[in-house]
Amino acid sequence: MTNIIDNLETATHPENLRRVAIDPVSRVEGHGKVTLLLDENDRIHQVRLHIVEFRGFEKFIQGRPYWEAPVMVQRLCGICPVSHHIAASKAMDMIVGATLTPTAEKVRRLMHYGQILQSHALHFFHLCSPDLLFGFDSDVAKRNIVGIAAAYPEIAKQGVLLRKYGQEVIRVTAGKRIHGTGSIPGGVNKNVSIEERDYLLKDIEQIIAWSRDAVGIVRNLFEQNLDLYNNFGRFDTHTLNLVREDGAMDLYHGGLRARDMDGNTLFDHYDYSHYWDVILEDVKSWSYMKFPFLRSLGPEQGWYRVGPLTRVTQCDFIPTPLAEQARQEFLAFNNGSAAGATLGFHWARMIEMLHSAEQIRELLLDPDLQGTDLVSKGQRQERGVGVIEAPRGTLIHHYKVDEHDQIIRCNLIVSTTHNNQAMNEGIRQVARQYLDGRKLTEGLLNHIEVAIRAFDPCLSCATHALGKMPLEVELLDAEGSMLSTLSRSADGVFS
Amino acid sequence: MFISVNPWLSDFFKLMPAPAPILIFAIGNESRGDDAIAPLLLRRLAAWLDVEDIAERFELLEDFQLQVEHATDMAGRKLVLFIDAGLNTPAPYTFYRAQSNDSRTLFSHAITPEAVLATYRQVYQQASPPAFVLCVRGERFELGAPPSPEAEQRMDLAMGFLQELMQKTEASFWEDRNTTTR
Repeated sequence: MTNIIDNLETATHPENLRRVAIDPVSRVEGHGKVTLLLDENDRIHQVRLHIVEFRGFEKFIQGRPYWEAPVMVQRLCGICPVSHHIAASKAMDMIVGATLTPTAEKVRRLMHYGQILQSHALHFFHLCSPDLLFGFDSDVAKRNIVGIAAAYPEIAKQGVLLRKYGQEVIRVTAGKRIHGTGSIPGGVNKNVSIEERDYLLKDIEQIIAWSRDAVGIVRNLFEQNLDLYNNFGRFDTHTLNLVREDGAMDLYHGGLRARDMDGNTLFDHYDYSHYWDVILEDVKSWSYMKFPFLRSLGPEQGWYRVGPLTRVTQCDFIPTPLAEQARQEFLAFNNGSAAGATLGFHWARMIEMLHSAEQIRELLLDPDLQGTDLVSKGQRQERGVGVIEAPRGTLIHHYKVDEHDQIIRCNLIVSTTHNNQAMNEGIRQVARQYLDGRKLTEGLLNHIEVAIRAFDPCLSCATHALGKMPLEVELLDAEGSMLSTLSRSADGVFS
Repeated sequence: MFISVNPWLSDFFKLMPAPAPILIFAIGNESRGDDAIAPLLLRRLAAWLDVEDIAERFELLEDFQLQVEHATDMAGRKLVLFIDAGLNTPAPYTFYRAQSNDSRTLFSHAITPEAVLATYRQVYQQASPPAFVLCVRGERFELGAPPSPEAEQRMDLAMGFLQELMQKTEASFWEDRNTTTR
């Protein structure tokens, strides 16, 4: 691995450089900013992605009774509350010493795959398709979902309806659209009735068909612009993901698998209840967000990538037929080139959406969903760890509970934190490929955003307030004085 | 390359119960300071609608943030109201009619009411029901913080305003209550 000090992380003489900041302030707490240091010839010397990670949750949850955690954690993130709901529930399963009943585990799995489906649909159809279908530096006035709706009306509709279907799966399994209470320590508090099952079954074939089409769309994009899609922001990385006992993809439960960038297995089927023996978190002075690393490789060399691209490439197989076929085609494409491409995230994400749709069908046909044995418990424990593969990657919830049933410690490592260094590497590569030595334009800066969006980072923590500015670009001179600024509002209007 | 969406779309909603004529969205997270304004207002409004015995005419929905699928909740409604907290909103609140705006785009995991209306038009190929926004100014949005004293006062004022609106659910009447043109 190259030395990251020489890898655009830290400039040798920053005092003589001008600074450009891409500042997407999408939420009050959670926001990201990219800073670039350039010399007078527009050569890039330093690129950093700063994410103001939300770290107040650990304090927020302290003193709460443990059984509140699965509900309270949903207020952490308005984007993926179900992921936190399930991860916290799994941690609390350990606290109450539970082994889940078949009904409880399958209802939770159904909820989780509904969440994966709706999250991946939103990301591809609404957040990324404008870049992918029109081009990264195409007319900014057209490069948005309205432009997609005009040029590709069926895609825009399918995105909405796939998302809606996933939300309906969540509503049925969690009991409510938001603040769901379906998953509780030791199990679930409701099963899926015959009527609810039939309601969801009615449309699942259409959902699967659309998901297959979406995989085909991404493949077409790769075929049409092979060089761009293979090489854009490409970098080598270690990987981390959960796998089932037989090596299959399993987004709900499994053991940890880590591989180095040459494909060598560092550990496999590792019991995540002791994750701190293999994963540590580093800090850097220039970022509030921690930098997790594989303990055996150390903080400089041990960073890794999580998420759909890792899961699809590092599992041994996907246990549903259409998604496995799609995975094989993905891995074989152009002698495997897409499997290491940053934009391969999009292809992998659609394979996972197809897998989720197939899993939902399989689960809906399972009579265990109508079982009535919903909760179990065993010997009470003081510590609980819950890990799932959330839409954006591995999500770790870790709690310690005292004898009064109050949570006294909490540690979360969310997917975006796992990918912190990997995202930095991705944008540095893009800066080298497209920005270095060129006058910066909106289109060129959008290349940076395209690389970040490929990871689908969660920069939002559920606070919603009208009037926030999601993007600011600041151009400063070497003394830090503002030369010019450009802002883009939450609705996309530039000023 | 792309398959038709419409047959499934119509079937999907057959099992949905007939919607109440008035849909009220509350957008916010009640664990984040003044972001709780809309959820808290919605709760007070629900209690008041019950007392007035007019609750069956309204559906109240709460979510952390708006997304594209919320467009599907608007189908078959007479009027739609979005209640939200705003950082730069003139105090105590603003009230205005939302317009589907094709120049507005989706850049994040949360979208504006105007973008929801635009999504509605994409999905249903027709204009959305009349939709309005009640945006109450907030001051602080930290996790675990209670609503600010200013927000409490503004919620009282907004609640009185909501009661006016609920008693006359006509788009023309709501248009006349627009605070941005006064």
